[in-house]
Amino acid sequence: MNAPARKLRVATTSLAGCFGCHMSFLDIDERILKLLELIEFDRSPLTDIKHCGPCDLGIIEGGVCNAENVHVLREFRANCKILVAIGACAVNGGLPAQRNHLDLRDILEEVYHTSPGLAPGSQIPNDPELPLPLDKVYPIHEVVKIDYFLPGCPPSGDAIWKFLTDLIAGRTPHLSHEMMHYD
Amino acid sequence: MSETDVIDAILDRHRRDGTRLMQILRETQEQLGWLAPATLTRIAVAIDWPRAKVEGTAGFYSFFHTRPLGRYRVLWSDNITDRMLGNADLTRMMCEKLWLEAGRVSEDGLVSVDTTSCTGMCDQGPALLVNYRAVTRMTPQRVEQMVELIRNEAPLADWPAEWFAVADNIRRGDILLNNAMQPGDALRACVARGPAAGKEASSNDRSWRETVVANPGPALALEEIKLSNLRGRGGAGFTTGLKWEACRSASVADGDSRRFIVCNADEGEPGTFKDRVLLTAQPDLVFEGMTVAGYVVGATQGYVYLRGEYRYLLDPLNAVLARRRAQGLLGRGIAGQAGFSFDIEIHLGAGAYICGEESALIESLEGKRGVPRNRPPYPITHGFLNRPTVVNNVETFAASALIALQGGEWFRGIGTSKSSGTKILSISGDCLHPGIYEYPFGVTIAQVLPACGARDVHAVQVSGPSGICIDETEFKRRIAFEDIPTAGAMMIFNDQRDMFEVARNFAHFFAHESCGFCTPCRVGTSLLKNCMDKIADGHGSQHTMNEIFQINRLLQMASHCGLGHTACNPMFDTLKKFRPAYERRLKTLDFEASFDLDSALAQARQMTGRDDAGSHLETQS
Amino acid sequence: MSRMNEQQVFLIDGRDVPFAPGQTVMQAALDAGVYIPHLCFHPQFKPHGSCKLCTVKVNGRPATSCTLPVAAGMEIESETAELKDKRRMLLQMLFVEGNHFCPSCEKSGNCKLQALAYDLGMMSPHYDHFFPDRPVDATHPEILLDFNRCILCELCVRASGEVDRKNVFALSGRGITKHLIVNSESGRLGDTDMSTTDMAMSVCPVGVILKKRVGFAVPVGQRKYDTIPISEQFGDAPNAVLEQTR
Repeated sequence: MNAPARKLRVATTSLAGCFGCHMSFLDIDERILKLLELIEFDRSPLTDIKHCGPCDLGIIEGGVCNAENVHVLREFRANCKILVAIGACAVNGGLPAQRNHLDLRDILEEVYHTSPGLAPGSQIPNDPELPLPLDKVYPIHEVVKIDYFLPGCPPSGDAIWKFLTDLIAGRTPHLSHEMMHYD
Repeated sequence: MSETDVIDAILDRHRRDGTRLMQILRETQEQLGWLAPATLTRIAVAIDWPRAKVEGTAGFYSFFHTRPLGRYRVLWSDNITDRMLGNADLTRMMCEKLWLEAGRVSEDGLVSVDTTSCTGMCDQGPALLVNYRAVTRMTPQRVEQMVELIRNEAPLADWPAEWFAVADNIRRGDILLNNAMQPGDALRACVARGPAAGKEASSNDRSWRETVVANPGPALALEEIKLSNLRGRGGAGFTTGLKWEACRSASVADGDSRRFIVCNADEGEPGTFKDRVLLTAQPDLVFEGMTVAGYVVGATQGYVYLRGEYRYLLDPLNAVLARRRAQGLLGRGIAGQAGFSFDIEIHLGAGAYICGEESALIESLEGKRGVPRNRPPYPITHGFLNRPTVVNNVETFAASALIALQGGEWFRGIGTSKSSGTKILSISGDCLHPGIYEYPFGVTIAQVLPACGARDVHAVQVSGPSGICIDETEFKRRIAFEDIPTAGAMMIFNDQRDMFEVARNFAHFFAHESCGFCTPCRVGTSLLKNCMDKIADGHGSQHTMNEIFQINRLLQMASHCGLGHTACNPMFDTLKKFRPAYERRLKTLDFEASFDLDSALAQARQMTGRDDAGSHLETQS
Repeated sequence: MSRMNEQQVFLIDGRDVPFAPGQTVMQAALDAGVYIPHLCFHPQFKPHGSCKLCTVKVNGRPATSCTLPVAAGMEIESETAELKDKRRMLLQMLFVEGNHFCPSCEKSGNCKLQALAYDLGMMSPHYDHFFPDRPVDATHPEILLDFNRCILCELCVRASGEVDRKNVFALSGRGITKHLIVNSESGRLGDTDMSTTDMAMSVCPVGVILKKRVGFAVPVGQRKYDTIPISEQFGDAPNAVLEQTR
């Protein structure tokens, strides 16, 4: 693959996810060195940069479960030319979205008021520093426009490598049957 | 009488026949209030059907409920014409006065208030159903009185009779609505054409079919229908003579020579109410037409599939049938003709627009879920109980009776060369004189509009949501099969009306009425509804418009039946002709969240008692 | 006489396909080894025509190939970009209509809905999710029903009615609220005569009807459709999927 004229700037984040997709990203192993010849990281758990600057590519793991997720996702959308949903949770809400058939009020009530073993006087946290949960966990494409999707729980390192190298080379990403997985 | 006695009496009256399940369920619910699990079990055992199949039928129709929905169930007709007459405010007012949320049952089990698809009272709305009885012309005063009556648990019989009055509003009649035919005239004319007239009535029904070959009477009557070039009035316009002929000559291999005549009175297309008026003002004409059809194809049994919204017509229609039996116009030896046997039964639907589709109607007539069949085979060879069956619209049968009496040549002289006869239009919306107008085919929209007192007309929805929306540039077009075919509805919108809201109302209608059989219609109509709501709520974008377009294309291509194929028409038409009505609602962004983010935090705000800046999300990033 | 023995043919994507009188496009295609995507079709049952995945174009007009009788000389388009696009949309509709969380589904890898989505390159469900509330039914001692995954193909309804003669399943509701029900007054599977040897046990293309206490016997990654696409292994015996998970 030919190196682009300048390194592409890439930001990544995990919203309502488990960082499993980021871990799988690291499963590209030594290929990360090759990748770093082509890209540089902006905001990402790998850099600890707190806010996203203008980027070529944004990679989002996890669905949208609270107000902070919305802000982060919007920051990425505003700054990234191409936004990618990576992993089952970003694609359809995944495991966290399995709360969606329950009423949020009932969930908060049970977790903080009625479940056994709570400290006396336990109450639903209301510190303004804490992001409020949304009524449901949403796939990210229901909140902002998403350009590409890479399914999998997590997608394999090989799939991520193929997907990213396609994107970086300016090709529409294409996965072989073996790389295509929802599980 | 105990509940089980009530159920058993109903079952016995219907001979424990599963094909009569719809009537069994309706009558049971009318007496017991709802269809409890044990009730369904008892019915299933009696008719020897799997219980789940009985529950499946009960669960399909809007007017059957398998949980209690209140001793008073108020359903506001929610057609766009009811909307334009202010039904939303009245519904809200009723709910407030009853301390009730729409769609919920009051905690004491007394009452529930909800909406339903068009009840066919568009010329006298806002309309509603209370315990499935039609009420017209609702006003704030009537809402107040009704709330009082409900609170006092007054029986419906004690409610003001004028609330239940349904006007015919016939503004213009022609050959159908002004006919002077006496009951039996058409049948006597049929019989007179055949040389077998005057023979003694046979006691054996079977003999009739055998005499068909020898007796040229039915063939001669068929010739008149064919000569008339009568085409179906339900909208599709299939040539009636060909349909009858195909049914008449359909081979029956297994020795069961029964054939059936079915009158489609499931007038569910929003904005259509002409069949209601025909059945009120001209029931003899309709029944006579069915009997002529029976004579022609050799059928001895006919059914009228009457939509559940017209439950109030059941008793008057049964009275007419009884009179006709007494007059020798139904039963055996009709009009003195040996072996000419035919009878008619009214079968009531239960709130499902899809049953207007003929094969779904037949499924419903057999007690099943109203799902359109795979075709071929068609009903003319494999219809009710898999027997050759003619299904025609109410108006088609009415016209058939006149043709049988006055001849096909006479009929063909009316209307245009490709569309003979007249068309009854149900006119509602923005006009001074909503109601029923019968015109010869070929009349232009521009001729009709002043006649009904419509001014400053912006658009006309012809033939209901599944039909066509025309703007002022098209008013010179004609009502005719070769130009604008129609089942009869004309909803008029003046220049103050918002055509986006019209299309959105129709999108809700189709989502509610999709039978759910095929994937594109089941999911697609609901996605379309959500897209339209998203635009209405200010969250729409160009992306949403593209989605509507894409989903519409899929519906047209892959849907199982006409409901899915036409569900996109209102949006296609209004997007083409009234695009600014959509565009002014769009955000400038090319993408918007599919839901209201701030209200998605409302539950959490309520539970935490927070209302700080961080507890809110702006719509726009 | 020789004329009568001549094999009649029709065309699918330009390829000659033989057929026997009375066959549908789907039956003839599968017999000839030509795959047309499908979910509600099963060779043992009367064609249903509800999932619409098998939509093709016949002489330029759309039709459902599982219910369409073949006629000699018919020209069928199937693997065109337009039809694949429409089929992908149908799959996306099925995914957002229910709750399809593949990572936690025992049927993942053996699921026909998922396999078709892989085959058609469905990268996301695209539409807004309905996230319906569909409680699972664990009342039967040996069988679990997870309605979240139901795609309403009615294969279990047909198998239980026509083969098992038990009528354990039926459909109720209408439109987007249409749903699978079971044949008991309580509405619970545990109160029916369903058994694990029923054919209804093995026909579900997705993960609704599952045998209890079977979990991950075959690891994810080694299942039926994990390595070989469904379009290359569609001639499966009805019980193949079940056997794999036993």
